[in-house]
Amino acid sequence: MSATSVAATEQYDYDIIKKFSVMAIVWAVVGMFVGVYIASELAWPFLNFDSPYISFGRFRPVHTGAVIFGFGGSALFATSYYVVQRTCQTRLFAPGLAAFTFWGWQAVIVLAALSYVTGFSQGREYAEMEWPIDLLILFVWVAYGAVFIGTLMQRKQPHIYVANWFYLSFILVTALLHTFNNIAVPVDLFSLKSYSLFSGAQDAMTQWWYGHNAVGFFLTSAFLGMMYYFVPKHAGRPVYSYRLSIVHFWALSFMYMWVGTHHLHWTALPDWASTLGATFSIMLLLPSWGGMINGIMTLSGAWDKLRTDPIMRFMIVALSFYGMSTFEGPLMSLKDVNALSHYTDWTVGHVHSGALGWVAMIAFGSLYHMIPKLWNTQMYSVKLINAHFWLATIGTLLYITAMWISGISQGLMWRAFDDFGNLQYSFVESVAAMHPFYAMRAIGGLFFLTGMSLMAYNVYKTIRQGVRDAESAQAYSAAATA
Amino acid sequence: MDWFAHAENTKPLGLLIFFVTFCLIVLWVYGSRKRSEKLEEHKNIPFLDDEDEVKDKSNG
Repeated sequence: MSATSVAATEQYDYDIIKKFSVMAIVWAVVGMFVGVYIASELAWPFLNFDSPYISFGRFRPVHTGAVIFGFGGSALFATSYYVVQRTCQTRLFAPGLAAFTFWGWQAVIVLAALSYVTGFSQGREYAEMEWPIDLLILFVWVAYGAVFIGTLMQRKQPHIYVANWFYLSFILVTALLHTFNNIAVPVDLFSLKSYSLFSGAQDAMTQWWYGHNAVGFFLTSAFLGMMYYFVPKHAGRPVYSYRLSIVHFWALSFMYMWVGTHHLHWTALPDWASTLGATFSIMLLLPSWGGMINGIMTLSGAWDKLRTDPIMRFMIVALSFYGMSTFEGPLMSLKDVNALSHYTDWTVGHVHSGALGWVAMIAFGSLYHMIPKLWNTQMYSVKLINAHFWLATIGTLLYITAMWISGISQGLMWRAFDDFGNLQYSFVESVAAMHPFYAMRAIGGLFFLTGMSLMAYNVYKTIRQGVRDAESAQAYSAAATA
Repeated sequence: MDWFAHAENTKPLGLLIFFVTFCLIVLWVYGSRKRSEKLEEHKNIPFLDDEDEVKDKSNG
């Protein structure tokens, strides 16, 4: 075993992957802690403590930035560098540039969080970073693209494995989205504030073209790349259908770009544009479910692994949540359903069934598979992985159930009329009615955070174990040669 | 050339080009049994470095 992994560590550049893996876990704990805190602020507002720095408005982008870009982004850097090397059987192109992507990306997350708590925000969802941070992202992303494409170009394997296609589309589309959504003119060179190039409905449309494609390519396509490598690899059997994975890739690539306008139903946007968004959203159900079936059927003939292997369970439950949220999304994009769901907590529940159920769980499964290989050891405790799995699953279910009840209740209360044609409920009555569900959501989040903390402890012990083993192997070989 | 300057012309044209391209990709993927077999062979790429590991194990 050790000879195997020593050979692999020599063959591939693992140092940068180790760094990103550790930071993915650090950001997950930080981001999820802030998430639980802001969920608690909504349930028990005294937690704001009358301080602007920790108020919901400033802490919310700290949460989304830390979990999406800190945890998700670092996990994607780590796994993409791992997958591209192992499927191309080559070392990483330009290791110095790869190191820059690590330090640059961590700087982005820290600077963004600091700017939010001090009150600097562009006010664009998931793109709140002010223009100097946007420029830093641009440099990091170009470096990332160069490292990834450079590695593909020096591959020893003639065919580029499909997981790399998904990672590459994520890199290219994120560059496109980030650039066009952040075109702005700074107020002056020494000011953090800037004016967007777009205004009014165009500005909103650009923002949601970015917003939904960030979900589509950052949080879906890239994590599908993860799925197409780690599910087959961990199951020990190839993906169910390679041809289906090709069609899955192209269908997603062609369709996702059109759907952003479903975030702007019943607004100043032209009706045809939102109808187009809804139509493509419904069509997206087909490739999404094709991909889900392809992933789940990879386990065909080895279902017993689900009983015995908690890592496999993470991956398959992630795919199930992927299927569920890609069914719910098209449903919510229908204008009549959206009239009820929009601006309510149903949307928040939908996002979290995707983010916790799909994105986080497939990332957990992949990291649990990859981390022992990076440090040439076994996971410290399988029991802790199992406990993490159940805490994460129960937490996600509590969260989304609370938000379904809360969101649908909100929608129905806001549209209820009395016999005289007046609104039946005031807004504050709907807020008061949400209280139990906000508490339930915070408890669900706490479950998820507890599971994440167990993972952090388990990974810490695993790394220490790997380092100790490597040191004793080194001492042994030194003694043998002496 | 003036025809291309109007978005109401180029948008449906773009949609048509993308749609036809997608149909061609599906035909290319599923159209030939021989090609299908070749494509399906690629699914084993993640396991190719396992062979190296097995060799390493036997050496180690």
